[in-house]
Amino acid sequence: MTLWQTLLDPFNYQFFQKGLVAAVIAGALCGLIGVYVTLRGMSYIGHGLSHAIFGGYAAAPLLGIPVVLGAGAWGLASALAINAVARTKRIGADAAIGVVTTASFALGVALLTKFGNKGPSFDALLFGSINGVSTSDLLLLAGALLFAGAVFTVLYRAFLFSTFDPEVADVSGVSVRRMDALLMLVLSVSILATLKIIGVTLVAATLVIPAVVARMLSDSFSRMLWISTGLGAAAGAVGMYLSFQLEIPSGTTIVLVNAAVFVAVLVVTRGQALRRAGGLDDHVESGAPTPLAGAAR
Amino acid sequence: MSAPLIALADASFGYDAAPVLSHVTYAVEAGEFTGIVGPSGSGKTSLLKLLLGTAKPQRGTVVRRPDVAVSYVPQLETVNWNFPVTVAECVLMSRASTRLLPWPTQEERRDVAAVLDRLGIGDLAGRHIRELSGGQQQRMFIARALLRRPQLLLMDEPTSGVDIGTRHEVLHLLDELHRDGLAIVLTTHDLNGMAAHLPNLVALNRTVIAHGAPSEVIVPEVLERTFGARMEVLQHLGMPVVVDGSDQVRLRPVAG
Repeated sequence: MTLWQTLLDPFNYQFFQKGLVAAVIAGALCGLIGVYVTLRGMSYIGHGLSHAIFGGYAAAPLLGIPVVLGAGAWGLASALAINAVARTKRIGADAAIGVVTTASFALGVALLTKFGNKGPSFDALLFGSINGVSTSDLLLLAGALLFAGAVFTVLYRAFLFSTFDPEVADVSGVSVRRMDALLMLVLSVSILATLKIIGVTLVAATLVIPAVVARMLSDSFSRMLWISTGLGAAAGAVGMYLSFQLEIPSGTTIVLVNAAVFVAVLVVTRGQALRRAGGLDDHVESGAPTPLAGAAR
Repeated sequence: MSAPLIALADASFGYDAAPVLSHVTYAVEAGEFTGIVGPSGSGKTSLLKLLLGTAKPQRGTVVRRPDVAVSYVPQLETVNWNFPVTVAECVLMSRASTRLLPWPTQEERRDVAAVLDRLGIGDLAGRHIRELSGGQQQRMFIARALLRRPQLLLMDEPTSGVDIGTRHEVLHLLDELHRDGLAIVLTTHDLNGMAAHLPNLVALNRTVIAHGAPSEVIVPEVLERTFGARMEVLQHLGMPVVVDGSDQVRLRPVAG
């Protein structure tokens, strides 16, 4: 077999083709949502929600509920619970995520250990798998991407305002509470749809890394959305390809590709981009102040 | 005489069992320019929240005239200046509830350009918000507030943490807006640098201690009741200047 044939060999398999499409959609979806998640300082929520949904994955078959429906409802309930607890400001969002999601994950592990698994394998749920991506999985992913795209397009301004300045957005006619709930819904649906490809333990990285790289490369919110979505999709494709060639779980390779891009941008920009993303730039004084012409009275 | 823009009547407010504001009666009239002064924890921000409608009184009433548009400018210190938006994008946010789609209309572009020009920062529309000076940052937020065409502008500590030059710049700008007919109510803890320059003051410490011109409010008796400390008031170029009159806070040089 020539090198060329070896490189193109994965494309001869239908399961790889489906996996590739799924990885591209999953990467794009996580990249898109990741912009909102990271700019709201909620990077940890992806990690938490994926663990919470794991509990739903385990519990749904035992309750006789379709896995997608049960795990989705479980994830949404967890997200809303986190949001509600965090809003009280007595307990921080990080602590709320820690309590709600780890409890849900522990319940999932307990149920799987006691009653066995009727859905995807334990390892596949944890680290993602190239195998067994069905047409219905692809449809769920495509639906989630369309849903997220529609929500973030139609409510672009409201999401931007409530992410940047929720206090003023609230008094300017934007219902921040509704925006928060809607973001949690989109996030839950997206994590649920991508879990099979990327895995519980690695979803958070696909949410965070493309968005952070996009922030390193751009000072524009709209450009960040495009870069993060595109980078997520590309990392999904390359990661899935490497998963096949190296026989490593797909979630792992997708995250490693994202991390490699992060390091490459860091090196190429010599750390300047990271300072932009971290808000470490010096404050720039520009323009002369207006002289005070008499007392303002 | 027209009805006040917003009227608080015997309004009380608090968190859990702790009262923050008690029996506050205060009306914001059209075209007024008022500073709310008081120590930390006196209820200044809570009073702003009642005026904004983001908090409801536990007792008493807050009545807002139905046709009144109110805009709010937050403290600069609470803003994430690293957020990836330009000046124009930030100003356009105030139209978030009137148009859903991302891209601005021609009319919106014109409106944003006009309000930025009016505030003297038209050439900064494409700049990232981090690249602005303190005065320009305040101008940008005022531009965002003005894009909603309000009759009342509420500001939380507009000169907190800024240098003297910026404070003068902000005062000058607010004076211009007030002369154009905009009602402005702001909170401040800066008696000499800010409050003394305003036409009206409200001295607040859980309730309204005094309300009127600086010459009526910046007097030792009112300041002592408001801040709980004795202060002297001098006159300089026709304006009151507050000095700490307490002997107990005067530090003595160390001998040797």
